[in-house]
Amino acid sequence: MKSAKLAVSALAIIAASATVAAARDQVQVSGSSTVLPYSTIVAEAFGENSDFPTPVVESGGSSAGLKKFCEGVGENTIDIANSSRPIKSSEVEACKANGVADIMEVRIGYDGIVFANDIAGADFQYTASDWFNALAAQVVVDGKVVANPYTKWNEIRAELPDQEILAFVPGTKHGTREVFEEKVIHAGCEESGAAEIFNKELGEEKGGEACGALRTDGKSVDIDGDYTETLARIQSAKNGIGVFGLSFYENNTDKLKVGTFAGVAPSTETIAKGEYAVSRPLFFYVKKAHIGEIAGLKEFVEFFVSDEMAGPEGPLAAYGLVSDPALADVQKAVADETVMAAN
Amino acid sequence: MTDATFPVSSAPAAKSSLLVVDARTRKRNAAEARFRAYGLGAILISVALLVILMFTIFRDGTGAFRQTYLEIPVTLDAAQLDKVGNRDPEDLKKVLTTSYGKILENSLQQAITSNGINVEGLSGPDVANLISKEASAQLRNRVLANPDLVGQTVDARVLTNGRVDGYYKGRVTMETAARDSNTSPAQLQLADALKEKGLIATEWNWSFLTMPDASDQRPEAAGVGIAILGSLYMMLVVLVLAVPIGVAASIYLEEFAPKNRLTDIIEVNISNLAAVPSIVFGILGLAAFINVAGLPQSAPIVGGLVLTLMTLPTIIIATRAALKAVPPSIRDAALGVGASKMQSVFHHVLPLAMPGILTGTIIGLAQALGETAPLLLIGMVAFVRNFPGAPPEGLMDPASALPVQVYNWTQRADPAFFERASGAIIVLLVFLLCMNLFAIFLRRKFERRW
Repeated sequence: MKSAKLAVSALAIIAASATVAAARDQVQVSGSSTVLPYSTIVAEAFGENSDFPTPVVESGGSSAGLKKFCEGVGENTIDIANSSRPIKSSEVEACKANGVADIMEVRIGYDGIVFANDIAGADFQYTASDWFNALAAQVVVDGKVVANPYTKWNEIRAELPDQEILAFVPGTKHGTREVFEEKVIHAGCEESGAAEIFNKELGEEKGGEACGALRTDGKSVDIDGDYTETLARIQSAKNGIGVFGLSFYENNTDKLKVGTFAGVAPSTETIAKGEYAVSRPLFFYVKKAHIGEIAGLKEFVEFFVSDEMAGPEGPLAAYGLVSDPALADVQKAVADETVMAAN
Repeated sequence: MTDATFPVSSAPAAKSSLLVVDARTRKRNAAEARFRAYGLGAILISVALLVILMFTIFRDGTGAFRQTYLEIPVTLDAAQLDKVGNRDPEDLKKVLTTSYGKILENSLQQAITSNGINVEGLSGPDVANLISKEASAQLRNRVLANPDLVGQTVDARVLTNGRVDGYYKGRVTMETAARDSNTSPAQLQLADALKEKGLIATEWNWSFLTMPDASDQRPEAAGVGIAILGSLYMMLVVLVLAVPIGVAASIYLEEFAPKNRLTDIIEVNISNLAAVPSIVFGILGLAAFINVAGLPQSAPIVGGLVLTLMTLPTIIIATRAALKAVPPSIRDAALGVGASKMQSVFHHVLPLAMPGILTGTIIGLAQALGETAPLLLIGMVAFVRNFPGAPPEGLMDPASALPVQVYNWTQRADPAFFERASGAIIVLLVFLLCMNLFAIFLRRKFERRW
């Protein structure tokens, strides 16, 4: 039958083309959804301003990206992993086991974490201890460890608005969650003096855990999706407060009102100066073995950290990235192809 | 006299009349009326949900098919673009898009002055940001393609930024602009003034269907071009692989295979596979096609192979049902006049089963077209700017797919991408509708009833 022959020959063509290992001519990037917008902005500009094709950028989260990164060396593995946290030593080990020995760590800048509520809502001036007292599972009242009794913000501190406590925090799969726990909840635990009493009452180990445990009575809601989901939740529950990345807030200033933290309003300037405390560095990791093998890889990395892109006047800063004050060092490390020290 | 002709002796013992409804009949009639009401209610609820869904998608998505453009004369200043002065394309390439951005800004500034537009409180960034960042890239490409343009004044039709575009689509208002860090009321007033002069217009937007995805800073330039192409490539792979394999397998199982324990096990497994979550096929695809076979990431060929695995059970089940529906008398007649088993299948049974097979195939394809989860693991949920080449080599180039584009855009921070995502859903729905209409058409045209 004619159509059957046609189908078989088409099948043969596909099979033949599949065996021809086409040399990859574009850089492949994967990883953190926080770094994704910056990565796509640079990839787009790189494609426009160079003779190389636009790199392909995937999202999926820091951990997923680093896992893919560590799968091995070769054309069918990715070249760059974006990450909103430093690579863990366990991940470096996994990389090494699969032959990914030389890894270049590139810090692209800093990202602020902001607390915002609905634009029509009340003004908030938070401190770390406010957040600890609002969201921790156990708090200290009158020198005693009790299950969190607070239901309204003004019960914690009289200056805060008379509003139900309801917070949308990033889920545990997000890199942002780690930073939030460390720089806000843990810091608040220390700041309010609760850490000391926890340690005394519960012992060192359990006390440390109590400092980071969030309440589970529905006042703290984990958001496993993206910031768009957090925004949607705030729009339906007007008294909710969301934890966002600075760049997301900057793109939605018409819908969100941001709160100050320890008296400082978040902006790229206050974060760069170190006045706004809740920030973290953003990274990407490059396989050194792929430099020279994949066309345009080194050029892309150099373009990414160039002053035109990652500098304070560049498009990344305009989108909300806090540019790295030590960008020149990063540029030099990239030019020299400095790899991470073996640990 | 007439009374005598009617038989009266057959009157039943229990008194009942066809004219008077008794209690039992009333009860049965009431039950039927209730059942009808339930059925009608069920349909009304599903129709209402569908209408709400369609209404919100079309309300949010139709904006993606219209786009606001600015048309101004642009002076391509030779001093900025060609410092060497030899119009050498190699030297022109060294001028980056940022320089073209400044040229566009200056040209807009000139257009504002020459048209006598005066807006209070207008700042430099307001003017510069009115033009999409995509415009400078387009202008640069235009100059590189034709270096003689340097030094001339050309008419340029450029995209305006997403906020100005949103203003003409009702997404942005003066009140929200006042709070928005990406625009300002002054910028919108400037846009209004330019519109009055006929320089800004909102037009039908073909480029939404032809352009590739764009980064988070330029939602106005994002399109579904690569996604449509990637989806088409994957459907091609599925069609070429799943149909022959699926049909051959079902013909063998239905017509030739001995009925024993082994074929029973195969049958159960096929039905089982049809219900396996699609993400499982993605995991399989990553392990088998990328890690073992060494096929590239993000390529439509891998996507197609994974979707082939996913649609095969659907196609096999549909084909077997179509083959079963052909009456045995056809086979018997063919065998009776001396045809071989194979002749009876290929000359008589298969042609008669064809409409059913095609319908099943198209429904399987439509299911594959809307699938995102298996593509997540093989790197197709990605930002891709370069169009894949023509098949068969193009099947190895990175591409995205329509449902993936929807998924990507709903995660972006800029609210303008929400409109794009809804627009992409409309494109996807149109594709699905066309495929299903085609399936119905085939069935109507070729189906035979016995």
